[in-house]
Amino acid sequence: MKISQKVFPFFCNLNIKFILQLNHFKGDDIFKLVSALVASSIFLLLGLMVYELVKGSWLSIQTFGLNFIVGTKWDPAVSKVFGALPLILGTLVTSAIALLIGIPISLGVGLALSEYMPKKFGLAVSFLVELLAAVPSVIYGLWGIFVLIPFLRNHVYPYLQTAFGFIPIFSGPIYGGGVLTGGIVLAIMIIPTVSAVMRDVFLTVPNSQREAMIALGATKWETTKTVISYARSGVIGAIILGLGRAVGETMAITMVIGNKFQVWPSSLFDAWYTMAAIIANELLEATYDLYISALINVGLVLLFVALIINILARLIVWRTLRFTRGIARE
Amino acid sequence: MDHYKFRVVKNHLVQFLVYLALFLALVPLFSILYEVVVRGFSTISIEFFIKPTPTVGEVGGGVANAIQGTLITIGLASLIGVPIGLMSGIFLSEYGESKLSVVVRFLHDVLMGIPSIVIGVFAYALITLSIGFSVIAAAFALSVIMIPIVTRTTEEALKLVPMSIREAAIALGIPRWKATVTVVFSGAKKAIVTGLLLSIARIAGESAPVLVTMGFWRWWFAGFDRPVANLALDIFIFAMSPFKNWLTLAWGSALVLILLVLGISVAARVLTKGRY
Repeated sequence: MKISQKVFPFFCNLNIKFILQLNHFKGDDIFKLVSALVASSIFLLLGLMVYELVKGSWLSIQTFGLNFIVGTKWDPAVSKVFGALPLILGTLVTSAIALLIGIPISLGVGLALSEYMPKKFGLAVSFLVELLAAVPSVIYGLWGIFVLIPFLRNHVYPYLQTAFGFIPIFSGPIYGGGVLTGGIVLAIMIIPTVSAVMRDVFLTVPNSQREAMIALGATKWETTKTVISYARSGVIGAIILGLGRAVGETMAITMVIGNKFQVWPSSLFDAWYTMAAIIANELLEATYDLYISALINVGLVLLFVALIINILARLIVWRTLRFTRGIARE
Repeated sequence: MDHYKFRVVKNHLVQFLVYLALFLALVPLFSILYEVVVRGFSTISIEFFIKPTPTVGEVGGGVANAIQGTLITIGLASLIGVPIGLMSGIFLSEYGESKLSVVVRFLHDVLMGIPSIVIGVFAYALITLSIGFSVIAAAFALSVIMIPIVTRTTEEALKLVPMSIREAAIALGIPRWKATVTVVFSGAKKAIVTGLLLSIARIAGESAPVLVTMGFWRWWFAGFDRPVANLALDIFIFAMSPFKNWLTLAWGSALVLILLVLGISVAARVLTKGRY
């Protein structure tokens, strides 16, 4: 620096300042800071959400403690005891039915879109599947009440009962709405999400995998099997993502499940309740603090279930997509 | 029957099952569209678009107040959600190589997965419990749903703009923030608008958070500290009611809502020509 100062005594000083000015506008610092602050408001938002839900359900937590999660009585009218176990079971069982129906179909759709269909056709059908994901939940519910329930009640459930009636879960009176109907509607609602993620995951499988199988003389299905096993963790992630959606689904399930608080339904055709449905149905009618607090407590439980499911799914999907994307582009 | 034939048969069987699955998945879409269009179309008239919700027993009536209320709620939610989402998206895309941005990105994904009813309960506990059932509480809940969608789509849109465009802008001597706001943004304009449209379509169809934050409202807009009517919520209330007139209105509202939501989705898709 000293030498250069001797050579360009005046110029050098100015030069450094000038370069600094060029690369360093004050507005840039402010803009970066503001955008970072706004982006970090997500911490505040999520923190506030957990805080508000805990604060809101504090009365219920103090009154019932762990009994809230294992209790089986929900009696706002007389004894004012609240236990959410039947709701948790209802949520889990309907979601399980949704997965049982939804996984095979989603897997088929994902494979059809990524492996079986010609590329142009696959894109067009993907668009239809995504439209299905955009249909509002309440319209699924409306369609469920007036189209699906009559159809199932008249054309599906009676045959199901004559065929499998000897198994207890298929016996009992048929109302139309109920546990199985709820599971079917949830399945219809998660299929677009799950199959879209599955398609993306299959598309990241490098072509060399398929070429290797074809070179070995494998059939299309045998090739596809390798694709599935290569993408298995992504497939699992997609399924968990679907589970997260099913657990939190509210309006459609409220409209078709029958909304009956009981520990365990007598059959798949019986009515039941879920966590989301009871919040939607009763929060507006809750008249005293403990009742409101218990309902917010249900929301807190639902938040934790959804958080665990989602973080798990995101981690798995993220990992596969990141690891395989580099290879797939070659 | 040798092993080779067995493999071929199995191959064809799986192919059949795959297309069967695709068929089964698309049946509900066509059934929903068909039923909503056919049943909804017969209830739609001029009266439907200019009259408010009828009282029980009244004949006719419409959903004009619900359309007004939905627009107000969406507008208010966008007012909160869009600036925050855009800024967060800029941060993730333009300054997105730090540890902070990885965590922020992850948290936005997590927020996207939180059930809308839980966000509704959050807004209920935060706002409704103190100022009562109001459009502000509902708009807040919807903006929380909106923020992660806008953020992630903005981020993806900005990342599609080539680095050379940023470099060219900076080489001309304008500050980086100005380059971002003018040059980079206009390059990603279409994709960003797509993201905004998709998030608006999403919150237009949300009814669970609206239900718990402002409840059912049969009248016109009456101030920001009061509830307003909402199209998606009306469908729920009408469908669960035993009144025949309301049931027909439910299908009409469903047609309007589905045209709104799917129309926005298709428009968004056309805007980016399948790039997205």
